[in-house]
Amino acid sequence: MDRKLALSRRTALFGTAGAVVAITLAPKPASASLQPATEAAMKKLIGEKKLSEGRITLRLPPIAENGNTVPLTVAVESPMTAADYVKAVHIFADRNPTPDVASFTLTPAMGRAEVSTRIRLGQTQDVVAIAEMSDGSLFIGRQEVKVTIGGCGG
Amino acid sequence: MAAPMGQPRVRLPSNVKAGDIIEVRTLISHPMETGTRRDSSGNLVPRDIIKTFIATFDGQEVFRMDLHPAISANPYIAFAFKAEKSGTFEFTWINDAGTRATSKSELKVG
Repeated sequence: MDRKLALSRRTALFGTAGAVVAITLAPKPASASLQPATEAAMKKLIGEKKLSEGRITLRLPPIAENGNTVPLTVAVESPMTAADYVKAVHIFADRNPTPDVASFTLTPAMGRAEVSTRIRLGQTQDVVAIAEMSDGSLFIGRQEVKVTIGGCGG
Repeated sequence: MAAPMGQPRVRLPSNVKAGDIIEVRTLISHPMETGTRRDSSGNLVPRDIIKTFIATFDGQEVFRMDLHPAISANPYIAFAFKAEKSGTFEFTWINDAGTRATSKSELKVG
């Protein structure tokens, strides 16, 4: 009886550990909760509309030694024709003193929805991108950057 | 006292063929003061940033960027462009005070 009990407890422990690992490894959904300041900054730009995941690729270094200048490229899947193009891309840094980073206005003349710049990150955090399509639909993507030395002039 | 608008630098690829999607790269020297930084005597340095960048091709706006203090000093801005014909790019950077810096570049499509 004792033995059986011990075994089942071990099984239960392994089961729990396995579940924890699974949760840790699963990628964070783009819609996972953000800081209230970030939510407010987003609401100001796009209102309270439904955000879908996908179509956005955020290229950022996984680790930035210097938060003063972090290279960022954002690309959005789109044919970029007069009938179907990306109108705007907004970038937010979730844990910067001010979350707004940049807003890009795109046109079909670009041929491809891809832009690059260099940004300041005050600490380790998620960078969030929202793409506004010409049909009014909205997409969200996010990418974490670990920052060794923060870059917000502190 | 706003920082001077630095000399813009623009780079376009050579040997461009019609239909190619090229990358237009721009850089301008500017401190992009966030307004939260303190100088050596502990006084806040007032905010002074480039807040708008506009790119036109033959007079037509093709790309625009609104910048916030989270853009690094000496802003680097690059964007894709579909080269259909030769023409003239004009780039404009505008700071908080409304001062503009402009630069023109010829795109040659072979």
